[in-house]
Amino acid sequence: MNNLVVLPMIIPLLIGVLLVFFPNYVRLQRFLTLLSMIGTLVVSIILLNLIQTQGIITLEFGDWEAPFGIAFVADSFATLLVLTTSLISAIIVVFAFGTIGEKREKLYFYAFVNFLIAGVNGSFLTGDLFNLFVTFEVMLLASYALITLGGKKAQLREAIKYVAINVFASSLFLIAIAYLYGAIGTLNMAHISERVAEVGQTPLLTVISLVFLLVFSLKSGLLLYQWLPGSYSVPPAAIAALFGALLTKVGIYALYRVFTLIFYHEPQITHSIIAVMAIFTIVGGSIGAIAFRDVKQVITYNVVIAVGFILAALAIFTATSITGGIYYLLHDMIVKALLFLLAGTIIYLTKTSRVDAMSGLIRNYPALGWFFFITVLSLTGIPPLSGFLGKILVGQGALEAGSYILLGFTFLSSMVVLYSLLRIFMGTFWGETIISEEEQIPLKPFMIIPSAILIILTFALGLAPEFIAPYVMDATDVLMEPQLYIDAVLGND
Amino acid sequence: MKINDLILRSITKLVVFIILTLAIYLFFSGHNAPGGGFIGGLVLASAIVLLLLTYDIETIKYGIPVDFKIVSAIGSLIVLLTGLGSILFGEPFLTMSFATFDIPILGERELSTVTFFELGVALAVVGVVITIILSISEDV
Repeated sequence: MNNLVVLPMIIPLLIGVLLVFFPNYVRLQRFLTLLSMIGTLVVSIILLNLIQTQGIITLEFGDWEAPFGIAFVADSFATLLVLTTSLISAIIVVFAFGTIGEKREKLYFYAFVNFLIAGVNGSFLTGDLFNLFVTFEVMLLASYALITLGGKKAQLREAIKYVAINVFASSLFLIAIAYLYGAIGTLNMAHISERVAEVGQTPLLTVISLVFLLVFSLKSGLLLYQWLPGSYSVPPAAIAALFGALLTKVGIYALYRVFTLIFYHEPQITHSIIAVMAIFTIVGGSIGAIAFRDVKQVITYNVVIAVGFILAALAIFTATSITGGIYYLLHDMIVKALLFLLAGTIIYLTKTSRVDAMSGLIRNYPALGWFFFITVLSLTGIPPLSGFLGKILVGQGALEAGSYILLGFTFLSSMVVLYSLLRIFMGTFWGETIISEEEQIPLKPFMIIPSAILIILTFALGLAPEFIAPYVMDATDVLMEPQLYIDAVLGND
Repeated sequence: MKINDLILRSITKLVVFIILTLAIYLFFSGHNAPGGGFIGGLVLASAIVLLLLTYDIETIKYGIPVDFKIVSAIGSLIVLLTGLGSILFGEPFLTMSFATFDIPILGERELSTVTFFELGVALAVVGVVITIILSISEDV
């Protein structure tokens, strides 16, 4: 028992509720929000180090024993994601200070951001399937509010699709949980895993697992990503960055968790389906990324490609590829946030999102140009940036497992990422400058400093991966060895 | 067109008190028997909704001068603080405790910290329901 486990969810929740009392004190709101993100970050660092010495830490709410009450479980995988989430949200919140505008700030923007982070962290940490549904809903409700905040016409149009598809997916989620509860009779994930192992993964259970696959595919944008590009491109840059960096990752986390902890007995069915879906996701995302000439559309399709890539790592399902998947997941959270912030900055400076309408920005804003270039390289996986390690490990895993088709598609996707983003880079930064010095909008420090921090992070993750390697290794061990998780939660030695 | 709603108004004046009494009864019967903060809060909110239907929004806002967004925030805050209270005593989050007291007139009664939790839930429910009803009615 350790109450630290619940704090990454409770701190943002508490601050978010407090912020509702004084929507007009913008400075205090900013300060408290930043404090809450940094507080969560500190807690998750402490937790991560505790896990290395004490093993997986659990907390049973209200002292109700594990299979009956709700348990929060902090293993290295979940805690690494909580850490990255807190870090990135702190950085994005700083970007929001300068860009989001007072109107939105007074409409409870910061309260909703806190609730969103509480939902994301709760989803990572919970060890109970129904509780996972609840925390998903906390996250989604906050995201519904954030996507419509400001009430522009395009936002409302996309929000209807976004809300409709997510409500549908959530109802399927509930149905899937009901099926599983009907078949297995428990909701605690460790307990479910134990019982599935006891009775064997019967065809019935495999079908239920496919319902879960459908639900989380809708949430994470695996194959069923058609709602994603529209809804991620309408909100302001700070909100889009939060969505692009965090929301799909929660769905990916749920897929990793469910298909390594619970339904890992029939990989030739479930993991093969994931592999096929991942390939189609990569192909579809690539077509989208190449087809559009709008910055927002191209970067949202890049989110889709990354989802395909990370789930290809799950489909390969060897220790190496899962390690690669975790590295790439962490990398992708950082770099997608960076990409969205840079794109938001470009759009703010040029007042357009069409690549054709921009040119020669590197003369006006050299730092921005170089940052964008580094981001492109990092996303492609050029060493020494952070994308390299994840890609090489996933590739190595694919070779070990003999999944040559997945190997081919994942590496071709890097070329598409490179092509689609270099095209933006060349279109916007090269060529004759169109902004004269009088018209040039000064680059606010609030806009460029967050990107600079993220650039440092992508370098750090690429140059010194041994810094987080022990944690990632531990995360892989737990994912590949479900018994470790089960023993920690149910307390049998 | 002016609607003749004399009967509705007269009945409402009486019925609202019955509903409010029921809400309080349900609230206190909760956590071991059917009832509790969520249901009590919903019934309480339904009394206010009935008032909103019978009279107009301005009258009710004059009669109950509360910002219901704040009510729901106070409710959530109480819920969180009761949950966090157990951390101070070194117990897991959300642990509740109870004890039996001998209270004059009422006799032997069980008092429990769950009641505070339920109070928070009830306030959150009332606040959210009324906020939703008010924002929908403002739209039309």
